Amino acid sequence: MRLAEAWRVALDALRANRLRSGLTMLGVVIGVAAVVVLVAIGTGAKQTVERQVEGLGSNLLIVVPGQVNFNAAPTLSPLSLSDVDAVTRLVGDRSRVAVTVTSGERVTAGTASAFTSVLGVMETTPQVFIRSLARGAYLTRSDVDTARRVAVLGASVAKRLFGDRDPVGQQASIAGVRFRVIGVFASLGQSLGIDRDDEIHIPVTTAHRLFGTTRVDGIAIKAPDRAAIGALGDRIVAELTRRHPDTEFSAVTQEQILGVLGDILGVLTGVLAAIAGISLLVGGVGVSNIMLVSVRARTREIGLRKAVGARPRDIGVQFLLEAVLLTTIGGVTGMALGVGAGLVVSALSPVPAAITWWSLTLAFGVSAAVGIAFGVVPAQRAGRLDPVVALRSE
Amino acid sequence: MTTPAVEAVDVTRTYELDGVSVPALRGVSLRIPRGDYLAIAGPSGSGKSTLMHLLGGLDRPTAGRLVIDGQDVAGLAPAQLARLRNETIGFVFQAFHLLPRTSALDNVALPLVYRGMGALARRRTAAAMLDRVGLGHRVKHRPNQLSGGEQQRVAIARALVTEPAVLLADEPTGNLDTATGGAVLALLEELNAESGVALVLVTHDREVAARARRRIAMRDGVVVTDAPPRIPHQRERP
Repeated sequence: MRLAEAWRVALDALRANRLRSGLTMLGVVIGVAAVVVLVAIGTGAKQTVERQVEGLGSNLLIVVPGQVNFNAAPTLSPLSLSDVDAVTRLVGDRSRVAVTVTSGERVTAGTASAFTSVLGVMETTPQVFIRSLARGAYLTRSDVDTARRVAVLGASVAKRLFGDRDPVGQQASIAGVRFRVIGVFASLGQSLGIDRDDEIHIPVTTAHRLFGTTRVDGIAIKAPDRAAIGALGDRIVAELTRRHPDTEFSAVTQEQILGVLGDILGVLTGVLAAIAGISLLVGGVGVSNIMLVSVRARTREIGLRKAVGARPRDIGVQFLLEAVLLTTIGGVTGMALGVGAGLVVSALSPVPAAITWWSLTLAFGVSAAVGIAFGVVPAQRAGRLDPVVALRSE
Repeated sequence: MTTPAVEAVDVTRTYELDGVSVPALRGVSLRIPRGDYLAIAGPSGSGKSTLMHLLGGLDRPTAGRLVIDGQDVAGLAPAQLARLRNETIGFVFQAFHLLPRTSALDNVALPLVYRGMGALARRRTAAAMLDRVGLGHRVKHRPNQLSGGEQQRVAIARALVTEPAVLLADEPTGNLDTATGGAVLALLEELNAESGVALVLVTHDREVAARARRRIAMRDGVVVTDAPPRIPHQRERP
């Protein structure tokens, strides 16, 4: 029998039992769609995190006390502005060094009030990290040196405190102390449910008075080039360790952050894909089951085909193609459904689902392979049927 | 002398059922020349169905020699046996065995599919054969839209579309009323006379068996008579 003929025969057989074929396919459809959607969600989350880390700026080195580890307790920072000066001397360029000291504070403007993160920073922040302003200006060196009470608002804080009014030049009080708003950041938007515009920058010197501390939580350095990052990090850690022998310091690069986050999200994506894979496997078992039933129900047809000259191989190929058709048609439908569901998830939820070619290829490949793997046994059974016995069956 | 269509020499067939050997054929020798018309008769359990399966290449003998169209089936693999059936044997069954949800034309064309014939040639050949059995106006009909007699005609067309050497008909009139059965038998006889296909009727119906040129009577797995049928009213006149 010609192969084209075998395809036609298999398709006719599926068409003859539409309901049964459809229900069998449904298992594969759901399995493939689940793989595509869950992998898309995992990949989307990973891409978002990667974009954010990369969006911070390039060649960044972040120095913090303690270990950078997910189960390590936060260490109270022993760093102060004199350590920042020491780091600046090592780097040789103040504009490449940024600091933060953070505290959650209540902010009010008129009758409006908000609880937000207040960051004490230096005027160098926009040169180290990528932050652009929508209105007004950022802090200046003299703001920092003279500890002026000026503030730059994140977009959502500005909205909550001032509504549609221009906040630049307005007064706002942070922890009961009056500040003048000099600028508003351009919106960064939400990512993974976290509002990145919910923060206020004030001079680090002002922050120290306001918070009643001299500590610096972390230092960020923008290395002149990629190759210099590692050596610079080692020198800074050595210098800080010399100044604070009792504390451990870590210098992490964006690559390291990406690596750790990427590993975690990669495992997450893998687990999601594996769960979806199980449903695909269950779908495959359904195909196998239906094919066995089909072979039994069509024993007489098999006997007749053999009597008129079908070889065992012809019969086997016919049933195998039926299984492959069930899973590939189911697979394509599942892919379409998965892509559609991914788009809906992207549109309606904060999780940005990213459809990837590899997940589509994998899901389709697995469903076709499942069709072959689970179709082989019923097909062999059909091919080996004794024509005499088959013709006699009811 | 040409080779016979089928020749069986001392053929036995024994089934193994739960470890017990059940002999169905105990040594049958039979020669079916081309164009012959014979009936195999006998009560159920006599081995006539087993013999038919062997003659049609659906089964292989336990012992003895079986030659179909010059080929000894003993040395043939299942795929080769399938090819032999496709090329030299036509089957007609009591229950018609047509594919449901499939047109008369496609049913008739089925053996040609396994021969690798192209779709167009297949349709042409099958349509001509349907015409030959008087169903030229029923090509698009499905089995459930046809009467029993028409269904059996479709089955006959399917059996003969490959121009086989032997047509094996297993109780071809068993599911039909007398008049329709008679018409089907007449068609088979006509085709036997015209095309030279050897016609083998397997039946327990004496009247059907009496129409054949040669009658094989079977009992308990052996051939008890192999002779022209004795027709009662002829016996009285010498």
